[in-house]
Order: sequence, then C-alpha cells, then structure tokens
Amino acid sequence: MPEETQAKSTAADSPSPSAPSPGSGPRGPRPAGGPGGRGKFFRRKKVCKFCTEKIDAIPYRDVRLLQQFVAERGKIVPRRLTGVCTTHQRRLTRAIKQARNIALLPFATRH
Amino acid sequence: MPRVYEVMFILRPDMAEEDADKLIAGFASTVTNGGGVVKTVEKMGRRKLAYVVRKFNDGNYVLLTIEANGPVVLELERRLRVSEPVIKFITVRMDEEEKRLAKVKALRGTRRSAPPATVSAEAAAPAATEAAPASA
Repeated sequence: MPEETQAKSTAADSPSPSAPSPGSGPRGPRPAGGPGGRGKFFRRKKVCKFCTEKIDAIPYRDVRLLQQFVAERGKIVPRRLTGVCTTHQRRLTRAIKQARNIALLPFATRH
Repeated sequence: MPRVYEVMFILRPDMAEEDADKLIAGFASTVTNGGGVVKTVEKMGRRKLAYVVRKFNDGNYVLLTIEANGPVVLELERRLRVSEPVIKFITVRMDEEEKRLAKVKALRGTRRSAPPATVSAEAAAPAATEAAPASA
C-alpha cells in the first residue's frame, strides 16, 4: 500500500516540472487528470445570481432572498465573495438597508 | 403628479384585531381625504422583529400601497409617528422601480418573441422589432 501511494505521488510530481509552471503562476494550466493535489486553489467562476436567475426586482420585503447575502453577524456580504454584479449589488444593498430599517433584518446580531 | 408608494408599518403585538383594523382604516382615510388612492392593504401578520423595538420582540406588519402626492405622504407619516400603537414604519417610493420593471419585461418579451415569430411581431409593433436587433 505505501508503495502504491508513493508511486502515485511521484507520478503527480513528475509532470509539474515539465509543465510551464514557472511564469504562469498558480493559475497556469495544470496537468489534466491529476489526483487533485492542487485542486484547492481552483476557483469556480462566480456568476451573479440575479442575472442568471433573471430576478428583476429585489424587494426589501423578501427576507429569504436578502438573507442569502447577509453574513451571520448581519453584515452585507461583499460582491467579491458572492459574485453578484455591480448593478445588482447596489440594488441589493439598498434593499437590505430598507429591510433593516423595518426590522426585517438585523443591523447586528442580538446581545 | 401622484406617485406610488409603499408604506409598511409595524403595530404593537398586544393590540386587538378590531382596533388594528380601525387604525388601518383611519390611515387609509387620511390618504383618500388627501386625494390619494389606496391600492392595496395587506396585513402580513405577526412576525418576529430582527431587533428589539420599544421593548417589543414581535409585531404585526401591515403593508399599504398607495398612490398619492408628496403632502399626503407627509401627512400620513406624521400620523404614523404620533399614533402610539405604530412602533415602526417605512415609506418607499415604488413608481420608478415599477417603471424599470415594466421596461425590462417589455425588453425581454420582444427578445424572446422576435426570433420565432418575426412576422407577427412586425405586424404588431414595428418599433419593437427595430429596437430588438439594435439591443441584441
């Protein structure tokens, strides 16, 4: 069993020097079909939920919708984490702030 | 020029149903007396507040959609402020948003209908079909 794993690791290591890793950086083309050793750094392309699902209106009353974009402590989650486009983030922010004002969403967690 | 507003307010939870109805009717009458129109009155029921308001943990939400001028809204807000059972309220102007939504809907409709049924679309609205290729 240990031999097997070792063989696997050497197989995984061997293509990396031959691959154009120097220069291309961590986002460079990785060897296909690898055992997923560098899969940790793979980032999925984020897409705007409102654009893809064609949600036109972001009403302040829709707590379920807004809650997805509010962190545990009540913060508005930044665009870079959620992938929402600029236009929709602006509307979302406004809706969340309105919802906070009418006690549908918290400004911060209790206590 | 009358505009569409949404007035949402929270009534204290320990209020009797009839009293709440009476109060809402009073607010509706202030709108109609001022020359506005009450489009819908929706009682969203009792729900938990996200934070404590006037030592209350929950409240009865009421949503009022009205079409009125600025002074009417001002008067309504003044009344909401002075009436004791109302613990919180918010007024949101909706007409711009509605206009935008209608526009988006129209755009989407033309885009979707244009490729399969060009003939009918041309017959129905030549301006719309002209706009569709430009936007596409």
